Amino acid sequence: MLELASKQGISTGNDGPENSPLTIRGLTVSYGQKPAVFSVDMTVQTGAMTAIIGPNGAGKSTLLKAALGIVKPLSGQVQVFGKPLAAQRHRVAYVPQRASIDWDFPTRVIDVVLMGLYRELGLLRRVQARHRQLAGDCLDRVGMREFGDRQIGQLSGGQQQRVFLARALAQEADLYLLDEPFAGVDAATEKAIIEVLKSLREAGKTVVVVHHDLATIAEYFDNVFLINTRKVAEGTVAEAFSADNLQATYGGRLATSQVDQLARNIS
Amino acid sequence: MLFDALLLQLGYNATLVAIGATLLGVAAGVTGTFLFLRKRALVSDAISHATLPGICLAFIIMVSLGGDGRNLVGLLAGSAISAWIGLLCLSWLTRHTRLAEDAAIGAVLSVFFGLGIVLLTVIQTMSSGRQAGLEGFLLGSTAGMLWADAMVIAIGGAAALVLVLVLRRPMTLVAFDPEYAAARGLPVDRIDLAMMGLVMAVTVVGLKIVGLILIVALLIIPPVTARFWSERSDHVVLLAGLIGGFSGYIGAAISASAPNLPTGPIIVLVGFSIFAISLFLAPNRGVLAAVLRHFRFQRRVHLRQGLLALAQNQPIYEKLTLRLLRRAGFARADGVATDQGRARAAKALRDEKRWQVVRADRLHEAAAALYDGLRDIETVLTRDQIVDIDARIGGPAGVPT
Repeated sequence: MLELASKQGISTGNDGPENSPLTIRGLTVSYGQKPAVFSVDMTVQTGAMTAIIGPNGAGKSTLLKAALGIVKPLSGQVQVFGKPLAAQRHRVAYVPQRASIDWDFPTRVIDVVLMGLYRELGLLRRVQARHRQLAGDCLDRVGMREFGDRQIGQLSGGQQQRVFLARALAQEADLYLLDEPFAGVDAATEKAIIEVLKSLREAGKTVVVVHHDLATIAEYFDNVFLINTRKVAEGTVAEAFSADNLQATYGGRLATSQVDQLARNIS
Repeated sequence: MLFDALLLQLGYNATLVAIGATLLGVAAGVTGTFLFLRKRALVSDAISHATLPGICLAFIIMVSLGGDGRNLVGLLAGSAISAWIGLLCLSWLTRHTRLAEDAAIGAVLSVFFGLGIVLLTVIQTMSSGRQAGLEGFLLGSTAGMLWADAMVIAIGGAAALVLVLVLRRPMTLVAFDPEYAAARGLPVDRIDLAMMGLVMAVTVVGLKIVGLILIVALLIIPPVTARFWSERSDHVVLLAGLIGGFSGYIGAAISASAPNLPTGPIIVLVGFSIFAISLFLAPNRGVLAAVLRHFRFQRRVHLRQGLLALAQNQPIYEKLTLRLLRRAGFARADGVATDQGRARAAKALRDEKRWQVVRADRLHEAAAALYDGLRDIETVLTRDQIVDIDARIGGPAGVPT
């Protein structure tokens, strides 16, 4: 059945690297002596939603961080919209993992979203009514407008995640990279986030998500990128999200029955 | 006497010290806030102790060149250079070795301070070293403060404040979310170094008044105190500046009002007093508020449990529960429900059932997120929604909502 799906001619849609929103070539990142990501190539398709999946410690977050220049790679190149990252940073928005933050930091929800306008505000420009308006609109899109004046520590985990997404939206970027946005959030948040991501895709933006829930891959995403330190496969869900590739990525960690189940969901 | 001191009526030196201490307090409070927000408050301790070898070397060099070894600008320049070297050692150790920052701080602090003490002893044996008075830099010495000294503090403090104003956004962003800051292309390492450089500047400027051992208190106590009163980083910065300035001013005035009261330590104690008051009395984050909140919550839990027990005719054993029910007029002394108590109990039980429906219904997700077992359902849902839920539950109508 799976083969059938891929033969139905759903194109992989991989446009050439020269105009892809994110192209990675031969990327190796290492913490200490053990590579977390080894010689990985990736070409993200414009206007699609791509999931990066793989077991714990497979280098998913590291791949994202290297793409953003947060961690320094040992080797390899990253190109954003066909140019080096430095020249294109304003077109990239990043949503980090919620757990990486101290949520007791003295700041309000609206202030976090305003951080998304850093480029526009610069060092000294005052925050004006239109900036607050824009930040409020971004909160509205994630269903959090009335929370603007709350201290961030008073939010639930899901609400915190949505605030991070609102901050990314405020950047008005073209490429959105999200690290485990669905980890440990409630169902209402998951729904709110996926709605926003779909609306971004409809607006022609490109979305890349580090994802852990294999059951929702087919429902949420167009493309998958399977990684376990090395790249295993990349392509449309129909094509690359196959039993063989999952087995190759997760090894013995997924029961064969689970793999079959997932593969059946797609076809 | 103290009153005169507060009004700057105690003479030239006392006035200079008071003004200098106030300015230093503001600069230290504001700059220290960013260190505190970045959770690296102790770095300031390493920086301040690393000034000592520089002070001593500057003295030795100035004397050997035939100048006056006590020239303040020269000494401060020396202290800044060695503090900067200490800072670079610290960041090199944390970034390129497996040493954690706390261990690196301990290493840099003790080695630099030890070297400084050795150099101090060497200076004591020099012919011109006897009257050097460099020990004054350990705990501050304001007795012989000059107009020029006050100017150094004023200019240095003002420069630090201007730089903080310019760098406040990137420093806040890096303190809150360094990965996001890096993803936005901010040079995180350089911003950190700039922040530490500002702390170093304030430390150097404050050596004369509070000394290198206690300057860390002026950098840390004001922001920690301010944090009790505000949930906004920009307000914490301003408040810390105010608290630091206030401590400096009051501390200087107190120490001027009686003989032999050391300025630096008194300033630190004034700052601590404000901290202690905040610790206990601040709304929300204060100790007292937390205790009250706990008791209030406990009472709500007991009252709710008591009502549910009444509704289901279960015996109540907890004394606190009985007392609360009695005080609210819901039960008699023997634990039997009053009419009012029965009505409230029925409502509480009804609410439990309504909550069950709400929590099982995906459409009510937002409301369900507020469930804590204590909340009255009408604070979350509209009357129409409750009627709708009641229709689904069935059972006796006319239960008051």
